[in-house]
Amino acid sequence: MEHIRTTKVEQVKLLDRFSTSNKSLTGTLYLTATHLLFIDAHQKETWILHHHIASVEKLALTTSGCPLVIQCKNFRTVHFIVPRERDCHDIYNSLLQLSKQAKYEDLYAFSYNPKQNDAERLRGWELIDLAEEYKRMGVPNSNWQLSDANRDYKICETYPRELYVPRIASKPIIVGSSKFRSKGRFPVLSYYHQSKEAAICRCSQPLSGFSARCLEDEHLLQAISKANPANRYMYVMDTRPRLNAMANRAAGKGYENEDNYSNIRFQFVGIENIHVMRSSLQKLLEVNGTKGLSVNDFYSGLESSGWLRHIKAVMDAAIFLAKAIEAESASVLVHCSDGWDRTSQVCSLGSLLLDPYYRTIRGFMVLIEKDWISFGHKFSERCGHLDGDPKEVSPVFTQFLECVWHLTEQFPQAFEFNEAFLLQIHEHIHSCQFGNFIGNCQKEREELKLKEKTYSLWPFLLDDQKKYLNPLYGSQSQKSAVLEPNTVSFNFKFWRNMYHQFDRTLHPRQSVFNIIMNMNEQNKQLEKDIKDLESQIKQRKNKQTDGILSKELLNSVRPESPALKATLSLKEQALLPVNDVLRTIEGSSPADNRYSEYADEFSKAEPAVVSLEYGVARMTC
Amino acid sequence: MEFAELIRTGQAQAELLRGPEEPPLRGTLCITGHHLMLSPGPQATPDLWLLLLRNVDSIEKRVAGDSGTITLRCKDLRVLQLDIEGVEATLDIARSIEALSSLESVITSFPFFYRPKGLRLGDAWHFHPPECYYKRVARETNAWRLSEANEDFSLCPSYPRAVIVPRAVDDSALARSARFRQGGRFPVLSYYHAPSGTVLLRAGQPLTGPQKRRCSEDEDLLRAVLAGARPGARGVIVDTRSPQAAKQARMTGGGTEAKAAYPGWKRLHRPLETGRPLQESFVRLVEACGDLEQSMDRWLNRLESCRWLSHVKETLSTACLAAQSMEQEGACVLVHGAEGTDSTLLITSLAQLILDPLSRTMAGFQELIEREWIQAGHPFQLRCAHSAFSHARPKHEAPTFLLFLDCVWQLGRQFPLSLEFGEGMLLALFDHAYASPFGTFLCNNEKERCLCEVRTRTHSLWSGLSQPKEQRKLRNPLYVPNPLAIWPSAEPQSLRLWQGLFLRGTRPPEPSEVAWEKVWQIVTDQEKTEGSQPTDSASEAGP
Repeated sequence: MEHIRTTKVEQVKLLDRFSTSNKSLTGTLYLTATHLLFIDAHQKETWILHHHIASVEKLALTTSGCPLVIQCKNFRTVHFIVPRERDCHDIYNSLLQLSKQAKYEDLYAFSYNPKQNDAERLRGWELIDLAEEYKRMGVPNSNWQLSDANRDYKICETYPRELYVPRIASKPIIVGSSKFRSKGRFPVLSYYHQSKEAAICRCSQPLSGFSARCLEDEHLLQAISKANPANRYMYVMDTRPRLNAMANRAAGKGYENEDNYSNIRFQFVGIENIHVMRSSLQKLLEVNGTKGLSVNDFYSGLESSGWLRHIKAVMDAAIFLAKAIEAESASVLVHCSDGWDRTSQVCSLGSLLLDPYYRTIRGFMVLIEKDWISFGHKFSERCGHLDGDPKEVSPVFTQFLECVWHLTEQFPQAFEFNEAFLLQIHEHIHSCQFGNFIGNCQKEREELKLKEKTYSLWPFLLDDQKKYLNPLYGSQSQKSAVLEPNTVSFNFKFWRNMYHQFDRTLHPRQSVFNIIMNMNEQNKQLEKDIKDLESQIKQRKNKQTDGILSKELLNSVRPESPALKATLSLKEQALLPVNDVLRTIEGSSPADNRYSEYADEFSKAEPAVVSLEYGVARMTC
Repeated sequence: MEFAELIRTGQAQAELLRGPEEPPLRGTLCITGHHLMLSPGPQATPDLWLLLLRNVDSIEKRVAGDSGTITLRCKDLRVLQLDIEGVEATLDIARSIEALSSLESVITSFPFFYRPKGLRLGDAWHFHPPECYYKRVARETNAWRLSEANEDFSLCPSYPRAVIVPRAVDDSALARSARFRQGGRFPVLSYYHAPSGTVLLRAGQPLTGPQKRRCSEDEDLLRAVLAGARPGARGVIVDTRSPQAAKQARMTGGGTEAKAAYPGWKRLHRPLETGRPLQESFVRLVEACGDLEQSMDRWLNRLESCRWLSHVKETLSTACLAAQSMEQEGACVLVHGAEGTDSTLLITSLAQLILDPLSRTMAGFQELIEREWIQAGHPFQLRCAHSAFSHARPKHEAPTFLLFLDCVWQLGRQFPLSLEFGEGMLLALFDHAYASPFGTFLCNNEKERCLCEVRTRTHSLWSGLSQPKEQRKLRNPLYVPNPLAIWPSAEPQSLRLWQGLFLRGTRPPEPSEVAWEKVWQIVTDQEKTEGSQPTDSASEAGP
């Protein structure tokens, strides 16, 4: 690799970003073609993928060395001190180069090889099949059909090839409408609610300016209305704040005029644009990265960042959408400006509220494939995969995941997956390790030949499914119901496990999840054992009446159950931590916390930092 | 005094609203000396609805037409609404509730009349006398003795009859030291940390006054503490006031330990709010939690400006500091503020929860509360006279005990497997501290409790809580004994608002409660399946 000048630096110190003392771990820093690796004296490895690096900063030289601060897109912040300035400079320059790639072909996914053959890889890509998904929703049907208008990406480059539209909408209407919409993104089906016969449709803003009209577009909306026999009117949700939408009119864009469209109910829902969201997250990270943060500064920072306000706005919009369908059986057309950011958020969250299938592990993958990947959410630009325009970067998808997390908090039994699943997906939208999120639309992905050159993330997540299961999933009422979240302000909380995923000192010291999961599995195993034993008893009794009682059979029934043994050993390991490694987690160490400056005086040996990885290293090695 | 004089009306027809999502209850409303009762008609469920009048914190009445509405805001933070037929009846009922809920006499309070089936008077009272804890200490060290110098409460009215003091100090020296400490609260042992051989002590402030008085017996006492620990042991005095406040206290006769007078002891100041500011913080938080319509910004702003979570953070980190001084540094720790009955107890009790695995068990936690709060003289009657809704001008009210419970809740959230009791236990303690049919939290100290014969004439909360039917509510199904110290994170990102308590009045029953039930189910399933397997194999060994 031409960018790497130094591959190994010894005696590097890793500081904890929240510790007030200058305690640190000393170890060796390695630079590989794909990762930065730190191995401390306890042989504990910290892997950082180059693609995850958001910024590298070299601070002023100190007596102990040259500080290097690396901020990652998965909200990890590491603070190294490199003894020699020259080494620091080399690493700094290499990382600057390595973290910003100019070409897609240089991304990790194109070199990542999980040792699968071509057939396995292809099967992986076919795991999520959107045609299958539309079939599950119940389309095509008498009102909705598959349109071949965009088969060659001729009408809209950022849409998928296969689009579902009202059966009565002819091709000229579609073409006409697409010319009247930003980027040609005309109204198409996103979700079909079978029992209500209502649809969620999505598009971009109309090019209405101050007075322009388009009869085809008006017809298309009418066709969407008519495709819903249950209700005569439909909602048109503009997810932007009214002011933004009005400002767009001056640029020849804008929003639907209710006078021109028959039977629409027009509604603004006021979600801010990508730039506001980007700076909001920026502020949030500044606040929660502060050392020695007081409660007051934390909450006033949380307030002024506006982050939770934005999350609530997205959630409220999704609830409005779900209600329109559930309570009024009305179809809803959702758009923002281009129809790939806020529209994706609202459509996908709305569907998630309505349809329990999307709350399963596989269903959630389908939802992301459909509303985000296929409809052209610009992952590569929003996540800054390549060295591009920083103004295009925005945490739109992160917000979606956070909304889902809030739902899992409010409805702990409604989701098949747990928090780790959301964090893992978040990890991989930035990792560029799999092909799914590379590129900005389907057309681009096809041109990159991602399906031939890279792997899909989903089969790997499914193989690891056990880690992502929610042990509480399954109460019938929550499992099948339409979710009606309460968006009172105090239901929105700071997502510590996302923004402090790697700051071990801030975590709860014990996890309930794994314990319950294990218990649940043991219960199932034990119940099965009981059944087996009972059937054996029955068998034996039958035989006994026949007068045959073999010694061999007795032995086969009586052996100690392996499951029971497993239970005991689990109890000893996981529930009664006595060894040193677990000690630091379970009991934690007071040295990790800043109770006072006085703590410094008391400082003794620092325990090993156990970084809670959500699998990157594991999956990459 | 006769309650009948205060009861203006016999009964009325009323409808009761108990909060969001709970069905209204219709029936006949009735007031007795201690309760508000609603008895549904014969056609409805036979359940009688009962409210202890002492639980009423504020009452608001409105009349319109020929009916009225009474809103009762309870000390346990629940809000009830009664729609009553008849204007006269409404006003009479409101007046009766007002009069009866503000009675101050202890011996006519409900615990003296409460005689539940299945409980015997005097049960469980002797679970936690000071002797009991002394036995635990004596098993580990010989440096401490149980002194009965306070047998007649003459040294210190807010201490129990027996206290644990250094063996080297005799009773007359204790008497001198008591005169040198606020409220007679001379330094006594609160907790002995066996692994490090260090002790946690608590006291009232020394009465140095503007002349910087000294008391050699008091100095000897603290010297004896260090001598009893181990050679060369250091001591740390945690003063829960700011240096300025401690200095200012000299003007009114109080003060703090002078460095020169107590060699080997180092003083640290960790200001913790008590009294009025703490009560105001509580009131403002509850107010903010009652507003369902506020915007996100307004909510975050109010959460910040009420400062409640700041208090939680300060308390937790001070407790950690005390615990850390003992466990990590092997220092003896003395905690005091001014009176030594509020923030002092917060710190000593929390430090024990952090260090002592026994105090995290069901029985150990009850013992801790009995020893470190009730017998240690936290003035419950004064502090819990009113809760967050009262319009009365606060005098001595302060939610110190609630702050303790909140900190324990935070510990439980960070160590969900290490506490044997669950959130239900903490909620129950909060409820009972403010209004209870049991006598445990009555009065301000042991002396008063003796005068009122609380021990012999009322039932103990601990026996009430040990009823089998209560257990599922109170216990943590996931508890696994953890022999280590549990060090919480006190960073703002790690602390959360205790929604189960503060949003009680506004939040509908959450699905999370259903989820908790599910956890219980999984755990009991586990126990059942594990238990049933051997029986199965046993039954098969039979024939």
